[in-house]
Order: sequence, then C-alpha cells, then structure tokens
Amino acid sequence: MVNPFKNSNPHWAAVIFCLFLARADAEELQVAVASNFISAMGSMVVEFEAVSGHRVRVIPGSTGKHFAQIMQGAPYDVFLAADVRRPEELEKRGMVLLGSRFTYAVGKLVLWSPRPGFVDAEGAVLKGGNFRFLAIANPLHAPYGRAAREILQAMDLWGNLTGRIVRGENISQAFQYVKSGNADLGFVARSQLHDLGVASKGSQWEAPHRLYAPILQQAALLKEKVSGREFLAFIRSEAGLKIICSYGYDVPDP
Amino acid sequence: MLSASDLTALGLTLRLALVSTLILLVTGTPLAWWLARTRWRYKFLLEAVVALPLVLPPTVLGFYLLVVLGSRGPLGSLMEWLGGRSLAFTFSGLVIGSVIYSMPFVVQPLQNAFSAVGRRPLEVAATLGASPLDRFFTVALPLAKPGFFTAAVLGFAHTVGEFGVVLMIGGNIPGKTQVVSIALYDHVEALQYGQAYALSAILLIISFTLLVAVYALNRRFQGVQP
Repeated sequence: MVNPFKNSNPHWAAVIFCLFLARADAEELQVAVASNFISAMGSMVVEFEAVSGHRVRVIPGSTGKHFAQIMQGAPYDVFLAADVRRPEELEKRGMVLLGSRFTYAVGKLVLWSPRPGFVDAEGAVLKGGNFRFLAIANPLHAPYGRAAREILQAMDLWGNLTGRIVRGENISQAFQYVKSGNADLGFVARSQLHDLGVASKGSQWEAPHRLYAPILQQAALLKEKVSGREFLAFIRSEAGLKIICSYGYDVPDP
Repeated sequence: MLSASDLTALGLTLRLALVSTLILLVTGTPLAWWLARTRWRYKFLLEAVVALPLVLPPTVLGFYLLVVLGSRGPLGSLMEWLGGRSLAFTFSGLVIGSVIYSMPFVVQPLQNAFSAVGRRPLEVAATLGASPLDRFFTVALPLAKPGFFTAAVLGFAHTVGEFGVVLMIGGNIPGKTQVVSIALYDHVEALQYGQAYALSAILLIISFTLLVAVYALNRRFQGVQP
C-alpha cells in the first residue's frame, strides 16, 4: 500500500499555503478582449489577479465577432471592445448592465515601415506614391481601419490608392503584412509598435489627431459579478491607467 | 440583394477556381500516374506530402506562404533579385496558394482511378504493339475518365470554398484578391446580414450542385463498367 502523503509533505504545505492565500470568494472572470489590446491585457491581468485573488480568463478576438457571440449568449462577463458602436449597440438591446459602459483607452494610428528612413515625419511618402502596397485594417469593421481611411480621405488620397491598399482582417494582420515585408508600409496601432519594441527600428509618422476621429475603445459589464465590477474599477484605477499608457494608448480625459 | 462588388468577388472566385483546377489537372496527372504505378520504397512519404493540406489548417499554409513570398522571405527575395515582384496580394499568389491547398482533392481521385485501371489492360496493349505514350493516352486515360471528372469537380469546389489561405495572402483587394468567401466574411463582420445570407445561399447552391453532379455521374460510370 502506497501512502500518498509519504515524501510529499513540502507539496502539501505549499498547497495549503496557497489555499490560505486565496480568497474564499475568488471568482473566475471571462473577459472578451479586442485583439489590439491583448498585450496590455496580459499585464493588466497579472496585476489584477495578484491584487484581487480572482482568476481572469481572456478570450481574444475581433470586436465584431465578440459582438455576434454575445448576441448569441456567449458566457462572457466583461467586454473590452475596440470601438464605441458595439458596446453601445449591446446596451440598446439590454445586454449590458446600465451605467457600466465607459471608454478605457484611446487608440493611436501610426504609419509605419520597418525600413529606416522610408516614412518621413510628415507622411509625405503617401503622396509620393513610391510604394507598391499600403496595409490597413479593414475599414468596414475594424475601427483602426476606419481611422486609416479617414486619414487617407482627408489627404485626398483614398481614390488614387485603391488597388494598392491591402486590407487585413484586423489591425494585427495589417501589422503582420508590414512586418513580413509583404507591404511596404501600413497604418498600425501605436500599441503594436510598443509591444514588440520595434518602434526604435524602421520609420514612422504619427498621424495628427485632426485627420481622424478618435479611436475610443469602450468596456462594459455584461453580467452582474463582483469580480467583474472589481476588474472594471481596476482598469480605471491609477495602476490600470498606467498600464494602458505604457502600451502606447492615450487614456480618456477624466 | 447582391452589390456590384459581390458580383466581382463571385467572378474572381470562379476564375481562381478554374485556373487552379486546370493547373492541378495538368500537373497532378503525371504525379498521380507515377504514384499509382511506382514501386518506390518511400512512395508513402510523397503521398503524405500530397495529403498534408487535408489536415493542415489553411491559416498555417497561408502564414507560411506569406512569410516565404514576402520580400524578406526566401522566395520573395529571390523573385526581387531576379527582377520580378513578390507574389503576395496578387492573383498569381492566390493561384499558387490554391494549387497547394486543393492538391489532394485532385491527385487522390486520379491516383485511385489509375490504380483501378490496373496493369493488365496496359500489358495487353503493349503486346499489341502500343508505345508507352500510346498506352497512356488511348488506354489509361479513357479508363480513368470518372476519376478525372471527380478530381476536377472536387478541386474546383474546394477552391471556391477556400478561406484561410486567401485571408492570409490575399490582402482583400476588391477586384484583385477579394474572393467570395472573404466578401461574405466582411458582410458578417459589418453586420450586413442581408448580403451575407444571399452570398451564403449562392455558395451553398454551387457546392451542392457540384457534389450532386459528382455522385450522379459516378453512379452512371459504375453502371457502365462491367
């Protein structure tokens, strides 16, 4: 007969220690997160779990897809969207807890090329047209894509560049097109350049704010849950805002 | 119901499927013939390579293609060195992806058909003085006709339904690389469910009609054979 406790005392001590640490009311929280926010979310989750004792499960994806899934009853507790429209739409349909919706981050669009000196400080490279493909996210449904289209329209280039604009399914794919060298340059999220530490390499132009409507990203609570409220409060806390800023987003004015 | 861009996407899809199927029939026939007749010890390795797209997620294939075709990838830099251009985001690039992706759907039916012909009819033809080329074109090919039909239809239908590879290497350029499955996906993402329904219905009808044709004709061919 094998004694399961024999020689395993240190492990049991560790387990009991952990149980002692864990809160009795610890919950598991399911959060649907827009793909552009995934890296920031990783840091957010580490800190939040340490502070609160709750467990967070992150479901990454496009906001359009998350929206459709939530409409079909997906078991998400919190929705971190890439835009205002989808959370607003959910609120209209009574699928969001009233008063829980707020802007958690403001996205920034950057014209980027991995080639040093290719993108100038004024974005004149777009007018010069000395490139084969320009990557953007799909303007039909990706907020970063819509903003890219607004910039090109404001510069009066949208019509001329059709046929040279490749559209990624989302901003991650647009980024990938540029990084792999398949597109010469592209409009990517500033947060993506922060993630990979590629900002120092290559060349970039941060499009001025007047050229596009701000990319407001909203969060909402979908189900009444203590951990959900705590998580949303954490995002708005100083610690949360600091993480968001450190990933290249602006934070909304208080 | 269908917009002009939907119709363009539909036309582009059919053109892509047609070109890919023709290339696959031309290149797949000798390969299938060889696979059906060879006694090479390591033939199973090649068969596994041909079957790979059946089980490989299309996004994996698409990702590799994107990396390889890109101007920093091996093929892309070779192309640029030769004075050409990278094939990503072009119709030719889509054709390359589709040919790889639909290969098992063409090669396997052909290989089975050639195997079913067997050695005997060919040996008989040889004793009657037919040259190897003659034997292939006047004996093997006509006997393998049902296999060609199945291969063509499956290759075509599979290319029409392709999504993951095109999503990765297409770049979604209307009129150039925006195929119908991508247009459909865009409609769903943009909550344009009306157009999504219409396009889905068309794809369903195309796929179903093609499969019905395969099964109906297979039955007829079986009835004819002794």
